[in-house]
Amino acid sequence: MSDIKVKTAPVQGVDGRSGGHLLEVENLHVEFRTRDGVAKVINGVSYHVDAGETLAVLGESGSGKSVTAQTIMGILDTPPGFVTGGSIRFRGKDLLTMGKDERRLVRGEGIAMVFQDALSALNPVFTVGFQIAELFRKRRGMSRADGYKRAAELLDLVKIPAAKTRLKDFPHQFSGGMRQRVMIAMALALDPEVLIADEPTTALDVTVQAQIMDLLAEIRRDRNMGMILITHDLGVVADVADRIAVMYAGRIVEQADVHALYGKPCHPYTLALLDSLPRLDLKGQELNTIKGLPPNLLRIPSGCAFHPRCRMAKDICSSERPALIELGGVRASACHFAEELYGRE
Amino acid sequence: MSSPEVATPTAEAVPMPVTPAPVESAPKKDKKDKPRSLWTDAWYELRRKPLFVISAILIMIFVLMAAFPSLFSSVDPAAADLNRSLTKPDFGAWFQFGKGGQFGYNVQGQDIYARTIYGARASIVVGLSAVIGNMLLGGFFGILSGYLGGWTDTLLARFGDIFLGLPFVLGALVILSTFAPVQSNPSAFRITSLVIATFIALGWPSFARIMRAAVLSTKQLDYVHAAQALGARPGRVVFRHVLPNSVAPMVVVGTITLGAYIGAEATLSFLGVGLREPVVSWGIMIGQSRQFMEAAPYMMAFPAAFLAIAVLSFVMLGDAVRDALDPKLR
Amino acid sequence: MGRYALRRLLQAIPVFIGTTFLIWFLVWGLPGDPFAGRCGERQCPQAYVDFMTDKFGLDDPLPIQYLNYLTNLMQGEFGQTFNGTEIGELLAQAFPVSIKLALVAVAAEALIGITAGVLTGLRRGSFIDNLVLVSTLVLIALPIFVIGLVARYSLNLSSVSPEAPLVELIIPGLILGSGSLAYITRLTRVNLVENRRADYVRTAVAKGLTPSRVTGVHTLRNSMIPVVTWLGLDLGSLMGGAIVTEGIFNIRGIGGLLFDSINRRQSGVVVSIVAILVLVYLVVNLLVDLLYGVLDPRIRYE
Repeated sequence: MSDIKVKTAPVQGVDGRSGGHLLEVENLHVEFRTRDGVAKVINGVSYHVDAGETLAVLGESGSGKSVTAQTIMGILDTPPGFVTGGSIRFRGKDLLTMGKDERRLVRGEGIAMVFQDALSALNPVFTVGFQIAELFRKRRGMSRADGYKRAAELLDLVKIPAAKTRLKDFPHQFSGGMRQRVMIAMALALDPEVLIADEPTTALDVTVQAQIMDLLAEIRRDRNMGMILITHDLGVVADVADRIAVMYAGRIVEQADVHALYGKPCHPYTLALLDSLPRLDLKGQELNTIKGLPPNLLRIPSGCAFHPRCRMAKDICSSERPALIELGGVRASACHFAEELYGRE
Repeated sequence: MSSPEVATPTAEAVPMPVTPAPVESAPKKDKKDKPRSLWTDAWYELRRKPLFVISAILIMIFVLMAAFPSLFSSVDPAAADLNRSLTKPDFGAWFQFGKGGQFGYNVQGQDIYARTIYGARASIVVGLSAVIGNMLLGGFFGILSGYLGGWTDTLLARFGDIFLGLPFVLGALVILSTFAPVQSNPSAFRITSLVIATFIALGWPSFARIMRAAVLSTKQLDYVHAAQALGARPGRVVFRHVLPNSVAPMVVVGTITLGAYIGAEATLSFLGVGLREPVVSWGIMIGQSRQFMEAAPYMMAFPAAFLAIAVLSFVMLGDAVRDALDPKLR
Repeated sequence: MGRYALRRLLQAIPVFIGTTFLIWFLVWGLPGDPFAGRCGERQCPQAYVDFMTDKFGLDDPLPIQYLNYLTNLMQGEFGQTFNGTEIGELLAQAFPVSIKLALVAVAAEALIGITAGVLTGLRRGSFIDNLVLVSTLVLIALPIFVIGLVARYSLNLSSVSPEAPLVELIIPGLILGSGSLAYITRLTRVNLVENRRADYVRTAVAKGLTPSRVTGVHTLRNSMIPVVTWLGLDLGSLMGGAIVTEGIFNIRGIGGLLFDSINRRQSGVVVSIVAILVLVYLVVNLLVDLLYGVLDPRIRYE
């Protein structure tokens, strides 16, 4: 992976503006207007990804990581979800202000997505062949026969045995891992430049998880795609990601190179996450957990949203919201004590 | 709609039986941190629905009409004065209580307004008794099938199929014309009970099916297993644990069916095989108006309007209750 | 699937026997004089009663009578009315008319119901949506005989002629199907609304397909499964459920024949009609069940 790291652009601050990234989310705000009030789901998220690199977005459920991805894809359910600010630039053009048809053409071809639960994400009443070939037929104007031929090649590419005969099968006839491969094949059909994988292995067995992650990593390398990997699983991230963005309550709290982040987390939340991983050398001891519950997005705590659960919290944390500050020019953390954490040994 | 089968929702329209308080993706405002139960949640939902409020008020009026018709009209619905035959409605009388003729007079000179008011009783009595009977009988067999399973289940299912195989109006027609031939003049009590019995005979299997499905899924829930594991007797498990959590679908279907039964009663009375004189029924009134459609359209208009509003009220109520009990459709 | 169909078919046999026996027993088996009122005001002459009793085998024990009836039925022998008309002929005249009427009704339900359902499902909460919802409620609430009477007299329609040409059946068919039409509209709408939120629809959008393809192919295909099933069942039940409509428009179909026969106490005709309708009902149910499996590949028959 070291060959790619060269291309990794410097981390930018909240309002940093460095042009020329393949996909660039900037100061994105999304809210959900529900019966019980307005939930601020995303509050100024900025990240970017370039060709050939993998950005992992890490966070608990409800941290806004999936909603960000849905907003990029333009598949946010509206209502209740509304984009209230920010921009999403793909190849320099803002997707949010783009015309409907232009944006539609970006889907699948520019940015494609692999969903978490392939069983519900694939249409139950069509064969997988139909669903993949549909892309070639409707987006590339290919004939039915050609579309199916290309679909078979794709299934072959994602290592589904007997690809040709399996085209005629329905999604429910595949095993979980194979189904996720179908999902990946479908996302790859139009040769996208950015692939968003939204918890691609959460629904799978542990052994299958590794295979799928390997497949994704391999494909990303072969095609020099940019990849956004959304996950809550720290274990998955370490092997495949180049950079990591940690999200909490709709904000990015820490962003860093993967080795730097694992080596020296500079935000108490990241610290706590890493601490809560089971470790062989600490066998027999009680597992560290993060106390408390993820925040209610209808009433996000004042100041730093993490302060009620933070071990390091001081008075300032409940009154003042920490900005995302750069540390050493290569990473950033949104904590009042970021410098201290960065400076520690 | 002449057949209540039309209104009985198919299996997928029936809400799933009670699972512990519906979970929603968006966090809730929790003033009291107590989780809302399905019924409280449903009640909260219902009170804010105009359709529910309107239909509930209308139903209360109809029930009042059925119980105390004299509150609404002081005129004897059976009194006939041939001098008044086919008199047009007297709109001035609408605002004077005690005066008759608001809706005009029928061919025998009977007061249509009074008869329309008194007609509510037949509809409500037949509809309500038939639905309650169906719920008891169907509910009982449904619990038996669902809880015991095995041979009991198979046998009851096949037995129910025999009645379900008969189209509703057709079955009712044959049964009613057998026990109360068209030319005969049964007493008011006899014919009313006969109509109710017919509706129950033809309707119970549908209710049993719904109850069975609800019991089957409730039976799988952990707390039922827990109760069984703790050694609770079957009777106690059924009445304390299974039953209260399985009745919701039947309540919904019951409400909608009540509306359908009111329509079916009117249809059969219209055909001459259901209720007959001396019972006052909207269906009979509409049937009698047939020959006078051009001369006296009001003979049909008023009972038909009452009939439609009564059916509508129950269907709307059932709809609202279903939506409230089935968070999926919100 | 073949084994499933066979098993269902076998299950249907006891139901068929049970239902026909029920009706047969109600009509023939109950104690009472089958010839009461048959000869006007007077008692029937003994000779006539004897002749009839012998002809219809009324002296045999009940189970024998029923078995005889069933055997004849299986051979396509419906027997004769009391007046000596072949019941089979009566049915052959009436059935095509009723089937035509039912087809018109189901076609109207499918065409109007699905269109209205899709329109409202796509524009949920709009003025059109509310208007259609209220209209469907009214249609569901109004019994067919009220709609039929009002339509017949306000449009000043004459009776349908005996050959029942398709044109004359359009309005009666619409009225016959009105309740189901409203139900189809709501069913389509609910399913569409529910499916639009489905994950696979989201996937279809993410594939960059046009909105019309997302809705027209991915959403609609799934939403139509229960609707088509309902239409199938309705076709089955409408063939026998047209008593009221046929009565109001004087259509000479099965419903009219049945009602007539009940009034004239032509027991043989009543039992025959019910037997055929039960058969139709059972077959349609089986077919719809199998159709469900074709429409939804996830269904597996065991």
